Amino acid sequence: MTSVVYLDHAASTPIRPAAVQAMVTVMSQDYANPSGAHLLARSARRTLDDARARLAAVVGAETGDVIFCSGGTEADNLAVRGLSAAGGGSVLVCATEHHAVLDPATGLGATLVPVGRDGRVDLDRFADLCSPEVGLVSIMLVNNETGVIQDLAAIRKVMRKRSPSAVLHTDAVQGLCWLDLRTVASGADAISIGAHKIGGPRGIGALVVRDGVALQAQMLGGGQERERRSGTQDVASAVGFAVAAEATDQSRAAEVERISELRDALLDGLVEAVDGLNPTVADRSITVPGIVHVCIEGIESEALLFLLERHEVMASAASSCASGAQERSHVLMAMGVDPGLAGGALRLSLGHTSSPEDIERALIAIPETVERLRGFGL
Amino acid sequence: MKVMVAMSGGVDSAVTAALVRDMGHEVVGVTMRLWGGDSDSGCCSVSEVEDARWAANKLGIDHVVFNFGDDFDRHVVQPYVADHLAGLTPNPCVECNRHLKFDRLLARAEALGFDAIATGHHAQVAEVGAARFRVGRGFDDAKDQSYVLYMLGSDALSRILFPIGHMTKAAVRSIAADLGLAAATKPDSQDVCFITSTRGREGFLSDRSSLTPGVVLDEHGEQVATVTAVELVTVGQRRGMGLSGEGERRYVVDVDRANATVRLGLAQDLLRPSVSLRGIVWPDEPLVDGAEVWAQVSAHGAVMRGVWTGDAVAWIEPQKRVAPGQSVVLYDPETNRHVIGGGIAK
Repeated sequence: MTSVVYLDHAASTPIRPAAVQAMVTVMSQDYANPSGAHLLARSARRTLDDARARLAAVVGAETGDVIFCSGGTEADNLAVRGLSAAGGGSVLVCATEHHAVLDPATGLGATLVPVGRDGRVDLDRFADLCSPEVGLVSIMLVNNETGVIQDLAAIRKVMRKRSPSAVLHTDAVQGLCWLDLRTVASGADAISIGAHKIGGPRGIGALVVRDGVALQAQMLGGGQERERRSGTQDVASAVGFAVAAEATDQSRAAEVERISELRDALLDGLVEAVDGLNPTVADRSITVPGIVHVCIEGIESEALLFLLERHEVMASAASSCASGAQERSHVLMAMGVDPGLAGGALRLSLGHTSSPEDIERALIAIPETVERLRGFGL
Repeated sequence: MKVMVAMSGGVDSAVTAALVRDMGHEVVGVTMRLWGGDSDSGCCSVSEVEDARWAANKLGIDHVVFNFGDDFDRHVVQPYVADHLAGLTPNPCVECNRHLKFDRLLARAEALGFDAIATGHHAQVAEVGAARFRVGRGFDDAKDQSYVLYMLGSDALSRILFPIGHMTKAAVRSIAADLGLAAATKPDSQDVCFITSTRGREGFLSDRSSLTPGVVLDEHGEQVATVTAVELVTVGQRRGMGLSGEGERRYVVDVDRANATVRLGLAQDLLRPSVSLRGIVWPDEPLVDGAEVWAQVSAHGAVMRGVWTGDAVAWIEPQKRVAPGQSVVLYDPETNRHVIGGGIAK
């Protein structure tokens, strides 16, 4: 038992021991540059491509579709810029995208697709925005703040009718842990994933681009990754990523069930114990089980998080900016959450190490902390 | 005691944190993120937060960031713009201290279980009676910041530490160097944190409002020049009026925002027998009418002798007109070391 209640798995989840072991072995043995010509290099290359194949299988792609890069952010940047540069046309992105999509897309003059109060893309409005001129649509599979799942099949259906030549990218960084991408993301032409959200190492992710979809490289140099992403590959991290992905895939059905129960206990307990605590998404069935997002009336997230830490509860609010300050959530604003209420946002995210004891302790710490802060009128 | 130390990323607050730590208190460093826009250095940019975090790491203390950007915008930036549009010359640092550092932060510190906050201001907490405190001038006259803290009363001061207030800036830098703090050689922050040297006040204000071109009249009412923005002209100003510099020096003696007119005059035309105040605060006890007082009308300006008349300071000798919007801070008549009140020039 650890002394800390870790409820920030959506930010980064503990690395799986099997991934660490595999990485240590690769680091000490396959240290050569996988682009080299000699025996050791070829061994490293085989290890890298084996990891690539294993990852491809988990996401339902061909081995050659997987482009390793530095993480979800780079994958998103490569997708938005690279797909747009290669395919042309205008860009549509969801208003609740992660900044890793939103910022490069905004730089390309993208139009934002509105969401409803439930956080899901408003399909009628989306259909209105779709036109034959649209070249790229990027809609995240699972929102990192609220856990809301988008219906990519429905999105694709609208695109087929209205924007038949557009490609669909999805940021599935938060999705891979809870959803089988082989089915839910089968309609996407490009998929961003990252390792440290599923128990792999930080510093590696991948953009999966289906065969035949044009992509312009954004990182130039040695022409690695089939000239789509230059830079010497991190073989050990790629292996750690693959090991974590397989472990996630194999345990997913059971974990979804286990974590859903913990989530229900946590959310039901909080609603009962804390007055003025509002689940941000009313319908749990449209969110992944690992993310509980609530807004607490009359509470400031920063103060709440500070005191929760004193109860050894590690959580987060919206997204943190580079300085570490909590920022006003563009996701909640896009959903039409009252700005005052959004100031009391709390994201509790569960993962593979979460236990019933975590929930019990959180259900003591959070109501106590809210009560204390309300006593100070903060 | 549990003490929250406000750390800006600069040398004064880093040394403050070190001193509080060495007093044996439990310390958490806090950087307030106030301004998200462009900044030369100021108190608020991401790199300043990084500097503060590095200093905290070096000192072995915990560090967190609080985002008070909305409050800063509401209480400091918006009034700054509105005041300029109204032809006033505001003190944004005063408003930041009033609303952010010693209201918002102090309240949050209390709610989070802290007994006090400490800042790196060059000022002192002077005990003037049982549980009665006043802001005292910093020991280093050149760095004294009591002027921007005039709103602090006993209740707040009983929970505030100014650990470097009794030191010279040189001593502060020396301690920082001994501790190996990178901020030791960092230049002092200057001016308003959200105004950049490249774009200046004009750039900042023109992004947020339309500025008014105006005419400059001499003491005879003759137009002698034009200005691109009357909002940027301050009473007492001499430069930037498009004058040749020949003859006797001319000063801005009045800015008529409504008629977009700047009026010039000679030095003696600027002189006034008194300055009237609004928004008067008495952190301890109000001054009685007729009492003598020292008054300071800018952050590091001269101190002038006057008599309190209920809502104004009547100068012993006529003084240059105080630009409307500027804070006028009153110090005790005996020593001129303790703040006893203040207000904003009408």
